[in-house]
Amino acid sequence: MNELNQSPFADVDPATEMSDSLFARGEEMELNFGPQHPSTHGVLRLKLRVDGERITDCYPIIGYLHRGTEKLFELHPFFQNVPHTDRMDYVAAATNNLAYVGAVEKLVGLVIPPRARYIRTILCELQRISSHLLWLATHAIDIGAMTPFFYTFRERELILDLFEQFCGARLTLNCMRPGGLPHDLPVGWTDKCREFIGLFPAACDEYEGLLTHNRIWKKRTVGIGVLPPDVAVDYGITGPMLRGSGIQWDLRKAMPYEAYGEVEFEVPIGQNGDTYDRYLVRMEEMRQANRIIAQCLDKLPEGPILAKRPRVMKAAKDAEVYYGIESPKGEIGFYIVGDGTPNPYRCHVRPPSFVNLQSLPELTKGYLLADLVALIGTTDIVLGEVDR
Amino acid sequence: MDAIQQAVGDPLFYGVVSPALKILVLLFLGVLPLITYLVLAERKILGYMQARVGPNRVGPWGILQPIADVMKLLVKGDNIPNQAVKWAFILAPCLVVAPAFIIFAVIPIGPPAGELGPLDWFVTDVNAGILFVIAMATIGVYGLIIGGWSSNNKFSLMGGLRSAAQMISYEVPQGLSLVAPLILYGTMSLVGMVQAQAAMSWQVRLITLVPMVISFFIYLVAGVAESNRNPFDLPEAESELVAGFHTEYSGMRFALFFLGEYANMIVISAVATTVFLGGWLPPVAALGFIPGPIWFALKVFVFLFAYIWFRGTFPRYRFDQLMDLGWKWLIPLALGNLALTAVIKLWLLYR
Repeated sequence: MNELNQSPFADVDPATEMSDSLFARGEEMELNFGPQHPSTHGVLRLKLRVDGERITDCYPIIGYLHRGTEKLFELHPFFQNVPHTDRMDYVAAATNNLAYVGAVEKLVGLVIPPRARYIRTILCELQRISSHLLWLATHAIDIGAMTPFFYTFRERELILDLFEQFCGARLTLNCMRPGGLPHDLPVGWTDKCREFIGLFPAACDEYEGLLTHNRIWKKRTVGIGVLPPDVAVDYGITGPMLRGSGIQWDLRKAMPYEAYGEVEFEVPIGQNGDTYDRYLVRMEEMRQANRIIAQCLDKLPEGPILAKRPRVMKAAKDAEVYYGIESPKGEIGFYIVGDGTPNPYRCHVRPPSFVNLQSLPELTKGYLLADLVALIGTTDIVLGEVDR
Repeated sequence: MDAIQQAVGDPLFYGVVSPALKILVLLFLGVLPLITYLVLAERKILGYMQARVGPNRVGPWGILQPIADVMKLLVKGDNIPNQAVKWAFILAPCLVVAPAFIIFAVIPIGPPAGELGPLDWFVTDVNAGILFVIAMATIGVYGLIIGGWSSNNKFSLMGGLRSAAQMISYEVPQGLSLVAPLILYGTMSLVGMVQAQAAMSWQVRLITLVPMVISFFIYLVAGVAESNRNPFDLPEAESELVAGFHTEYSGMRFALFFLGEYANMIVISAVATTVFLGGWLPPVAALGFIPGPIWFALKVFVFLFAYIWFRGTFPRYRFDQLMDLGWKWLIPLALGNLALTAVIKLWLLYR
């Protein structure tokens, strides 16, 4: 209660505020939005200042899901830390796994066999589709369109089934190891995967049929929450948020890792940096991910799936490494410092959700309360990753 | 047979017993079961639209689900928040439900006495019927505002304010869209309106087709907004205001708001059927062997299905866009349409 009564807007001069808002614009109300609110996507809490429906100030409060993950990394050997990464961005575990094992591989100096690289790429792109499907579902339901939620979950279910066949888990995959993969693809997996990529473009058309040219959908998203490119770069925003503002920056193209250098795909960008452009960018990314999976399945080489690696992985003393990849939400990076023991001395995560969330006060200022939920949706945050 | 004729002719029976009986039958055998099963129908239809099956556990195809829901709501704890203004908090749900039910008294679900059985197929025929409908529908908004304000919750308050602005704004185009048929039919009685439609020749129907279709669509849009349904469900916008004006309500009080919303849907469908689609009349004379009330019910169900269809398809409007649509598009359109109808009536039909 005490914290609630303390205004986070202490820098606002009450005298000018009185003359400016109280009389000219009407009385402002402080509104506590979350952490228990249907559209804060977890446990985000926002302290809002609203003038009627219009938001004059927004102050995100995070930490409700803080689990000390970065400290946990220090307590375990390198190869035991992969499950912790599952629980950060829990709707995109595969890309988290890859960012972590990639950092460890770079630190220890492992060469990954080609088959493992291709399978990892397939897993990451399936994860990208499933994460974007969840984003689309929640974004649409925030804006009031109920049906896309069920359609996207229909296809997401197929992806989760593929994951389940591969590693036994559906969300917290733990599907990669430093040096490669825990095991090879099960028999018949590639056929099921091909079946999925065959039906997915039609499903994508179905979602777009409900939303893309819908007048109400466009009214709710076009011109809402415009993020100018320079502001996006200043905030360090990455991923579809950045590309929606028209900046061509995708780590898969800019610094190809795994098999991305060997497949063809396009990186869609937006023009106006509004919510609608970010929607279009993500929709196109799903189609491109589908294309990448198809190419990877065609080129999938035979061979081992795990590199030759030491029984106990140790980093050199004072070795430090940063390794970032393109997760569905942006650049996820791991910065690991070694101290000669099997455990990392320090492991810092660069979570895209956390960085992208910074832009929310900027995005929401002056928009209406109804736009706020659309903008929380368009930043595509996962609080497990924000709070860690 | 003579005894029945005599009883029907008795003023005591005609004036008191018959309306009272009809109200009981209409409410407890008509409207209330219809509302409960409308909820089931909505969940089923939405389910099939959304690649799932909807309720299917209670009874075959879930047909006992509404009964289970009502039982649950009846026995649930009825919580009044400490901070709430108690009398207003209790009054609000009644203000939503009562007017919605009262409107059913003037809606003709079938022809007057003599055409189909010895009794009128409506409770009463008020000579200013359409005004009565609009007046009663207006009272419902008080329930929403009072409910939102008395809950002493910021989200509820915003829901209440939104509903006030929305319903008042949309009453204007709704009322205006009803004036055009009123000019054309020359009566305000709902029974009279249906009879006027029966009496129209095909030439008159053709001449008045355009203004009537425009009027019909304005009424439909305004009606969806008036009953706070998707895409105009801003007062209870779940993703923005948690549950809007009824966030703090639980148990049977919440159920009353719910009943009110669905009763309003049926009322608006029934009025649209009566005013624009010929009420109990069959669409072509050859189908006249099917009794009027069945035609009436079928037409109402088409509207109710459309309501559910909208919910499965559209995103939600934003508050200011909703106001724009009402004031900048529907009201000028309704006014223009009104002028057009008047011109047609004066120059073409009276000549």
